[in-house]
Amino acid sequence: MTLLQVSGLDVHYGDFQALYSMDLTVAEGETLAVIGANGAGKSTLLKAIAGLVAPSAGEISFDGTSVTTLAAHKRVPLGIALTPEGRRIFKSLTVEENLLVGAHAKRKGPWNLARVYEAFPLVADRKDRVGTNLSGGEQQAAAIGRALMSNPRLLLLDEVSLGLAPVVIEQIYAALPAITSQGTTVLVVEQDVNQSMKVADRVQCMLEGRTVLEGAPADLTRDQIASAYFGI
Amino acid sequence: MQWLNAIIQGVLLGGLYALLAAGLSLMFGVMRIVNLAHGALAMLAAYIGLVIVQGTGVSPFLAMVAVVPIMAGVGYLLQWGVFNRALRVGGLAPLLAAFGLAVVLTQLLQLKFTSDSQSLQTGSLSIASIQISDDISIGVLPLITFGVGVVVIAALQVFISKAPLGRAMRAASDDPETVPLMGIDNRQVYALSTAIALGTVGLAGMFLAVRGNFDPNYGQAMLIFAFEAVIIGGLGSLWGTLAGGMVLGVAQALGSQVNPSYGVLVGNLVFLAILAFRPSGLLPKAVTA
Repeated sequence: MTLLQVSGLDVHYGDFQALYSMDLTVAEGETLAVIGANGAGKSTLLKAIAGLVAPSAGEISFDGTSVTTLAAHKRVPLGIALTPEGRRIFKSLTVEENLLVGAHAKRKGPWNLARVYEAFPLVADRKDRVGTNLSGGEQQAAAIGRALMSNPRLLLLDEVSLGLAPVVIEQIYAALPAITSQGTTVLVVEQDVNQSMKVADRVQCMLEGRTVLEGAPADLTRDQIASAYFGI
Repeated sequence: MQWLNAIIQGVLLGGLYALLAAGLSLMFGVMRIVNLAHGALAMLAAYIGLVIVQGTGVSPFLAMVAVVPIMAGVGYLLQWGVFNRALRVGGLAPLLAAFGLAVVLTQLLQLKFTSDSQSLQTGSLSIASIQISDDISIGVLPLITFGVGVVVIAALQVFISKAPLGRAMRAASDDPETVPLMGIDNRQVYALSTAIALGTVGLAGMFLAVRGNFDPNYGQAMLIFAFEAVIIGGLGSLWGTLAGGMVLGVAQALGSQVNPSYGVLVGNLVFLAILAFRPSGLLPKAVTA
């Protein structure tokens, strides 16, 4: 069953066009990785799905209903949660308060404080610290936990690995099975190709605002991905 | 002993300044709005109180029970009608909107009630006092005002640190762009913040009105003291605002003790000294509002 369908999506920032008639489909329970180089439009795609940028053309439908013009805060109760680029942890709030703000929409589901702490021991250890005093990895884990607190059907992860040490990236990705096993659909955007190939059921590669390659990780060769990634 | 008396009177006066400044501090803390209409809104509250008292004959204190929710409602509508739009424009728009609002509101009050001084009578309470010694006596009304100021600041602080809405207000203050991703509508958080802020303005306006004579311009004249209290205490810190109000009140009272015409001057000098030597205020960001 299709959970998210993006069709013919155009996004402009002023005169600059970031997405060109983008199509994307995610089935319920699936993990899709969107990969691509810097500036390929991956983050813009996630922002449009979450409602942070308004598309100039195209449709976004979630669970069969159009959400194209719906305000970002109204998409959360439907079950769309975004872990934004740069984590955007609330700096003066403690980790626990950040998680509680994430639960604001009061959507029912498997996730609560205890479950998040279980999935991310890194977060549990730091629950009374304020956001300013967290390392990058701790911020990333807390940001994912915060998104989970809204009990999303679709979790959008933007650049999870950016700027983190490999060992920390491993730790964070280790929690992904715990998330998908709840039936949560995950759309992850990554520059780190190897990491996303490991976790994804399907990979979609973007270049300059368009999809250039699509398939299951097992069906794609390294050369195919390299040429799609760099456009050579 | 006269000096001690002056300090006590100054502290009590500081409670009034803090009460007036609380809403200012809250709106700045959450939305970075410098509400130049704060004083005019306090006078709106005072005149609403006057109409209620004259119309029904109830005591001003009972009238507050109505004035506070009315002002909170005004704040809610004001945020949706004016400030949320101004915030979307960004830059100087919120400041200019507040300035315009202050002018319009003051003029409207003058049109309706003239510039004549009005007062709200509290009967024997206005002159009641507690005699401590020959030199020191504490007025009951200033004491009540001070108590209300402290309670309002403390209640706001508890609300902001514990309540879910308070948490959302702090989150919106930190990073308004990320707040919608939590399923929270910034504009609604702002509207409720302004409703709370104007509820406190309702109290402040009424206490200004029972303290002495007032006219449509009186609130704007008092606004400068509220601003000084916020700056002395440290922007965005509610306890700081209370401390700032008391510092300012004591400075004014001590100045007046030297020469009755020095009060305001000494208050302003202390304010300038704080700006010069400790520009972030006494309790900078000790607690974020």
